[in-house]
Amino acid sequence: MKILQVIGEYLFLMKRVFVRPKKMSYFRKQLIQEIDDLGLQSLLIVSVISLFMGAVLTIQTSLQTESPWIPTWTIGFVVRQSVVLEFSPTIISLFLAGKIGSSIASEIGTMKVTEQIDAIETMGINSASHLLLPKIIACGIVNPLLVIISIFLCLIGGWFACEFMSTIPSQQYLEGLMSFFRPYDIYYALIKTFVFAIVIASVSGFYGYRTEGGALEVGRSSTQAVVNSSFTLLFFNVVLTKIFLG
Amino acid sequence: MIEVKNLYKHFNGRTVLSDICTSFEQGKTNLIIGQSGSGKTVLMKCLIGLYQPDEGTILYDDKDLSKMNKSEHQLLLQEMGVLFQGSALFDSMTVSENVMFPLTMLTNQKENEKKERVDFCLERVNLSHAHDLYPSQISGGMKKRVAIARAIALNPKYLFCDEPNSGLDPKTSLVIDQLIYEITHEFNITTVINTHDMNSVMEIGETISFIYQGQLWWKGSNSEILTTDNQEVNDFVYASKYAKAMFAAQRKNI
Ligand SMILES: Nc1ncnc2c1ncn2[C@@H]1O[C@H](COP(=O)(O)OP(=O)(O)OP(=O)(O)O)[C@@H](O)[C@H]1O
Ligand SMILES: [Mg+2]
Repeated sequence: MKILQVIGEYLFLMKRVFVRPKKMSYFRKQLIQEIDDLGLQSLLIVSVISLFMGAVLTIQTSLQTESPWIPTWTIGFVVRQSVVLEFSPTIISLFLAGKIGSSIASEIGTMKVTEQIDAIETMGINSASHLLLPKIIACGIVNPLLVIISIFLCLIGGWFACEFMSTIPSQQYLEGLMSFFRPYDIYYALIKTFVFAIVIASVSGFYGYRTEGGALEVGRSSTQAVVNSSFTLLFFNVVLTKIFLG
Repeated sequence: MIEVKNLYKHFNGRTVLSDICTSFEQGKTNLIIGQSGSGKTVLMKCLIGLYQPDEGTILYDDKDLSKMNKSEHQLLLQEMGVLFQGSALFDSMTVSENVMFPLTMLTNQKENEKKERVDFCLERVNLSHAHDLYPSQISGGMKKRVAIARAIALNPKYLFCDEPNSGLDPKTSLVIDQLIYEITHEFNITTVINTHDMNSVMEIGETISFIYQGQLWWKGSNSEILTTDNQEVNDFVYASKYAKAMFAAQRKNI
């Protein structure tokens, strides 16, 4: 019963969030700021994770398929499919749920408990939309870009593993990467990431927004934001996979 | 003028405000005083519409707050300046950006007009040198003054201050009190101030509403508060031995 109430409150908040901003010029400025804060600040760590995971994925796959019946290029193919379909969109989004989610929830939560949100409301400004809309849209733009970069770097990581750790001949790895390629898979990955991005930003914003109390509660909200946006994300992952591929 | 009639507010079945009837006059500093936890902040939050009263009416110049339509309410909010108990400055903005925020969001003024207004407001609170500092870089008293500058940026008709001088030294408190008093008279604002500071009460208490355990216990002015024989008011006023001696001497003079 409690979960229905929380979902209701969430939807109610979202109804307030998705309205036309009062001042377009100010909104654009905020949006650029958020793209920088939430997106570009995650670029380095996402790149590092992707390079290493791509290499490890390639090594692991080649170790598990040491059989004369399986052609070597399959390894490149399997690595590409895992990266495009699940690793980059889902695992990187889960990582971003931790990084972006906690930052959004603690920022909004702090503003709530220090009455900054009340201050915005008493000026006659819709604080929910003012604070959350730029963050949600920024995530919707930035996360798919991060995931494209992640896919790319994973595959490069795999190539490094072939070239410098002589896992398999890199020529065959590249051949595998390019076989049976469906652009549809990329669309699927990006749509998934986009939905996850909206979930991460809005759920974390929601938990920040309902913070009451002080610093302790801000910390608690931030944890709840990460846990619950991850759960929601995993739930949507199943639903979307079923819709698009099932 | 703001009038409060038979106002009740409960939280989870606990009555926090009970049958409050009082009024706050234009061009005067109207004080709400009472012990910590007596319900001052809740009353103020009802006045500014952050809390919905469970019963009773709040009239802004004879207009019922709860019966206003959306655009009337919006208009009222823009005529209101609020100074929160903890200043509530935006951490991510500099001092001048904080003051400029309501101008940017709610007016169509040009950049140089806004700058001029920000300069004026910061000048008014003696903070012309602090334009580019962030809230984390200034002291508590300066934060309060920035918050006052932000609250008066839009030339409010109503000004609400929740404990404007809590946590400040007596001298800075006095500066803030004087500032609010002057602004109120300069611009003919209806000012409502929550406080439990006896110095403020004596300095700027033009009208005083004393709240005791969520009820309006006594109403008067700073010249009357020393001579009333209301037991709870006296307990509040003469809480310390020092105050007892000091105000007793003052009482003799009156
Ligand atoms: N949102 C809330 N939910 C439940 N109870 C509340 C809420 N806000 C205030 N109260 C209760 O209402 C009572 C009055 O609180 P209020 O903040 O108005 O006191 P105050 O007079 O402003 O005190 P102080 O001088 O310490 O600021 C307190 O007992 C408090 O526990
Ligand atoms: Mg209070």
